[in-house]
Amino acid sequence: MEAEQLITTKILEKSQPQCTYTFGFPPDELTLESGETFGPLTLAYQTYGELNTEKSNAILVLHALSGDANVAGQDGWWSNLIGQGKGIDTDKYFVICSNIFGGCRGSTGPSSINPKTGKPYGIDFPLITIGDMVNAQRHLIDHLGIQKLLAVIGGSMGGMQVLQWLVSYPQRIRAAIPIATTMKHTPQQIAFNEVGRQAVMADPNWRNGNYYGHSIPARGLAIARMIGHITYMSDASMTEKFGRKFKSEKAPFKFGADFEVEGYLRNRGDNFVKRFDPNSYLYITKAIDYFNILNGHSLGDIFRGLQAKVLVLAFKSDWLYPAYQSQEIVKACKLAGVDASYCELNSNYGHDAFLLEIEQEAHLVGNFLKSVINNRKEESNDYSSS
Amino acid sequence: MLDLGCGDGELLQFLIREKKVRAQGIELQEQAILRCVAEGLSVFQQDIDTGLSEYIDNSFDCVILNQTLQQVRKPDFALHEALRVGKKTIVGIPNFAHYKARARIFFKGRVPITPSLPFQWYDTPNLHFLSLNDFMDYCKNKSIQVERSFFKSDNKQVKFLPNLFGEYGFFLLTKNRP
Repeated sequence: MEAEQLITTKILEKSQPQCTYTFGFPPDELTLESGETFGPLTLAYQTYGELNTEKSNAILVLHALSGDANVAGQDGWWSNLIGQGKGIDTDKYFVICSNIFGGCRGSTGPSSINPKTGKPYGIDFPLITIGDMVNAQRHLIDHLGIQKLLAVIGGSMGGMQVLQWLVSYPQRIRAAIPIATTMKHTPQQIAFNEVGRQAVMADPNWRNGNYYGHSIPARGLAIARMIGHITYMSDASMTEKFGRKFKSEKAPFKFGADFEVEGYLRNRGDNFVKRFDPNSYLYITKAIDYFNILNGHSLGDIFRGLQAKVLVLAFKSDWLYPAYQSQEIVKACKLAGVDASYCELNSNYGHDAFLLEIEQEAHLVGNFLKSVINNRKEESNDYSSS
Repeated sequence: MLDLGCGDGELLQFLIREKKVRAQGIELQEQAILRCVAEGLSVFQQDIDTGLSEYIDNSFDCVILNQTLQQVRKPDFALHEALRVGKKTIVGIPNFAHYKARARIFFKGRVPITPSLPFQWYDTPNLHFLSLNDFMDYCKNKSIQVERSFFKSDNKQVKFLPNLFGEYGFFLLTKNRP
């Protein structure tokens, strides 16, 4: 009996193998926000836990710039938050995570083969937006037969997708958890992305995006990633992690990676190149820069009539997506009378905190999800008694 | 309703459960926010001293400032904001002129430490020290209408000389009509 239980748990713990869903075949191509049509397109996705019979326990997790569908389980990028008995408990919830449209981790992006030419799209790939990414995810959710998601959750660019879901498909979600994110990219945020893009494009190997089959612009992409990592940390977390420590006791070479922090950044940059397509980097950062959920609407109108419950989280040391930007989201919720909560967590980790400051985050997210479910039960009780 | 300085959300929970109101809270302490969210309450981590500019006038039927006013840096501003966003405001304050507090100052020459003021001078969250009469004088000067008031001590209502025998005072306020 016990052994049997153990085996069942083991099976549940294992995620389903990565799946793909391809849609948008002519003549049903996707109409992008730019007005262009695009199709077919594939989304790579992964699921954890089991969908209940009412299909009411599905949570869509939205990844940040460099993430993928592998959110939980071994090597999952948010496996400290999502799994059996964790903040998002896969014994209770059916967790879905898909690689974004425009990505390079199984979903269609600039490195995918263009069926019309038989070659990778490169920079013939259309400009995409956060709205296009969310629209593609909505097709996946339809495909999975889920009418209403229990929650959408994500940090950074994932948080932008959460906000986009709230605006594009408010009827399809019960709750939303945007973390360490913003309603619109600011000049400072655009500036960092632009330096990253320039690093990629200045690499002679970039060849106007036609590097497939040749050497990739690895140096450029690695430098872009190094800049990114600086913005993800904080002064305090870098001091704590590296100090002014040298990498080795040997007499330092003039421009070698003498300091630990240099070694760390080089290492992060070099590793990133192995798993990320430089053109995807250009397209995704551009989509982030164009993100402005208000898009002509006033702060008070953007969430008007929204029924979903919202939990907004920010981190005190995050200077890339500072807390005031999360407070704007909160303000919009308040103006619209949306049932919301806001917590600004103490952390030294900077923007990375949303992936690292797990104890508090798990506590908040876990309890918030419980309250969403309880609310729903109360509502249905009210309904049956009236 | 809006509870300013809602702490762990005990009052919010009571109001939602017993009075079936729609309510939300504002609180500065992170740990208190964590406990509120655990109870399923709608709470915002925010400093009341920075104001409530995101709420338009009369957004709430009632705004509560329970054991909060004496702890904010600018009580004048906080109360003004509460009166602005609420149709009515309820203020609850501890009485620094309760006879036990007076006795401790008078006989011992020490600052009051009483059941309603249980803090040492060096770790008290209370930044302002006022009596029930001080508060009523203030309302009068600012033309704030005190619709009802209620005083209590040891969980019993106090009617006789409240400024001497009342440990806590509660006031239902409405803004002055020009």
